[in-house]
Amino acid sequence: MRTRRFDLLLILPLAIFTLAFLLLPLARLGVTAAGGERGAMAFLAILTEPRYRTSLIATLLLALATTAATLAIATVAAQTLANRRFPGRGLLLSLLTFPLAFPGVVVGFLVILLGGRLGLVGSVTKAVAGTNVVFAYSLTGLFLGYLYFSVPRVLLTLLAAAEKLDPALGEAARSLGAGPLAIQRDVVLPALFPALYTGGALCFATAMGAFGTAFTLATNVDVVPMLIYTEFTLATNAAMAAALSIALGVVTWLALMLARLRATGA
Amino acid sequence: MTLTANAAPPRGAAITARGLSKSFHGTTVLHPTDLHVPAGEILVLLGPSGCGKTTLLRLIAGLERPDGPDMLRFDGEDVSALPIERRNVGMVFQSYALFPNMTVAENVAYGLRVRGMPSAERKAEAARLLALVGLEEHAGKRITAISGGQRQRCALARALAIKPRVLLLDEPLAALDAVLRERLRAEIGLLLREFGITAVYVTHDQAEAMAIGDRIAVMQAGRIAQIDRPEVIYHRPRNDFVADFVGTMNRLAGPVREGRLILDGGDETRADLPAGGPDRPAILCFRPEAARPHAGPGEEAIRARITATTFFGATQRLLVEVAGQPLRLDLPSGLAFSPGQLAAFTIEGAALLEFPRTV
Repeated sequence: MRTRRFDLLLILPLAIFTLAFLLLPLARLGVTAAGGERGAMAFLAILTEPRYRTSLIATLLLALATTAATLAIATVAAQTLANRRFPGRGLLLSLLTFPLAFPGVVVGFLVILLGGRLGLVGSVTKAVAGTNVVFAYSLTGLFLGYLYFSVPRVLLTLLAAAEKLDPALGEAARSLGAGPLAIQRDVVLPALFPALYTGGALCFATAMGAFGTAFTLATNVDVVPMLIYTEFTLATNAAMAAALSIALGVVTWLALMLARLRATGA
Repeated sequence: MTLTANAAPPRGAAITARGLSKSFHGTTVLHPTDLHVPAGEILVLLGPSGCGKTTLLRLIAGLERPDGPDMLRFDGEDVSALPIERRNVGMVFQSYALFPNMTVAENVAYGLRVRGMPSAERKAEAARLLALVGLEEHAGKRITAISGGQRQRCALARALAIKPRVLLLDEPLAALDAVLRERLRAEIGLLLREFGITAVYVTHDQAEAMAIGDRIAVMQAGRIAQIDRPEVIYHRPRNDFVADFVGTMNRLAGPVREGRLILDGGDETRADLPAGGPDRPAILCFRPEAARPHAGPGEEAIRARITATTFFGATQRLLVEVAGQPLRLDLPSGLAFSPGQLAAFTIEGAALLEFPRTV
């Protein structure tokens, strides 16, 4: 028996959860942000004060670059792996999705092992060219770290979509004279669009908010999550931290909504 | 080559294949096969799943690479080294394989777009083809907004739009329901003849094969068992397999003495059929519709006990037994038969077949 009242009862746990852990703290966050010495101007300060603005732009660019690179890598890999059975496929897949098992801090640590002051790349370039190439503590290091944990998530989403693609579609396009590029443009990518949007949105949201990796690596750059942390704990500027949190949330939420609209509309 | 009298002059290319073969992971799917399809002919590849018919089609298309040294020619031009994109073949798939991100008209025009035809020209050409398959009203619709039968006609128009040298159809009607299938196969047959295009048509449905094919190649375990006109395949099947795959075949096994196969069931049933040739154990075969009610003078060929009757409208099918061997006979439904009864039949002499023993 399904009545409207019963349906309401079913979504009650989610409603309580959303209210208690999302809306109420968010409202409190808004009050805190507006209640500082600058009042509601704290939100404006994100855009006017260079330190905050630079950080927001850097975070956005980093998230966008990560998303673009992740989608490119995962699209190619998903099409290669889809509908292809070979010995060791399962092992390869589990290796490729291995980064999912690591928390962000560990990913940051791995990037330091690769590109840190005593890292692998540094040692090799020092031996070969005489200069110690260090990239771990810059935006490059963050980008590589984010890429490392983003690719597996998006790859799994795209792989599922690519496996559902009817192989006859590509064959039909070929019979009509289409080359590999035309097939990608006209057949494969349009079919993968919903998955590309979903995967891309998730990737973007994760990259915007990632903290663990940033905490390990970001000595020279302040991405927004790091900035929130320093404002809150070191500068004890709770109002600014709250304003930044809300700004970060809104940007990410907009990206997710845009993706959902495009994914269902496509 | 058997073209119908009103067929257009052939616009397709003749297909000549020598020694096409294919194996997957050490299993031979297609043994070296020779094939010649004259320009404008519709050849049906008929057989059960796994007989190699689709593989043969995909080799002609260029979607599979053949195993060994092979030869495939379209009108004398060697195409074996060309990939499918450059073979200029039209393909129609069981799953339609229409592009869901394009409209009906855009699908039909796609091959022309890839060839760089200007927009206005290819739109006009797509409209012409859509009119030909009766889809002009649906030109602007999404693929998901038209029915299965319409989708397959759209796929056919798309394949024909590039003016292919050869049209290849892989079980094009298998995804449709029975009524639609029957209607569409008549339409497709007519359309292909109107176009006068060389076509290779894969199906596992013998009725479809009979209706569409100028010739039928019945395939069995990676080989062409018989290739001939539909009437010949039906009336003069070369072996048991072809006989059984195309329609129903009765078998009577017994000794042949002095040119006749005589069975005496000891239960008032008996058979006496002309077999010719030396004394031997033999199996004589005939189609259910070759049976006639025995009336008046002359020797009856079969006296059988009726076990069951099924009413089919114009005809009825009798299940009967002769000397313990079951037979299926089709007779006009006006005649009264009832289970348990003994009845006498004659068999048209020309309908009796004997195959070399294969097992």
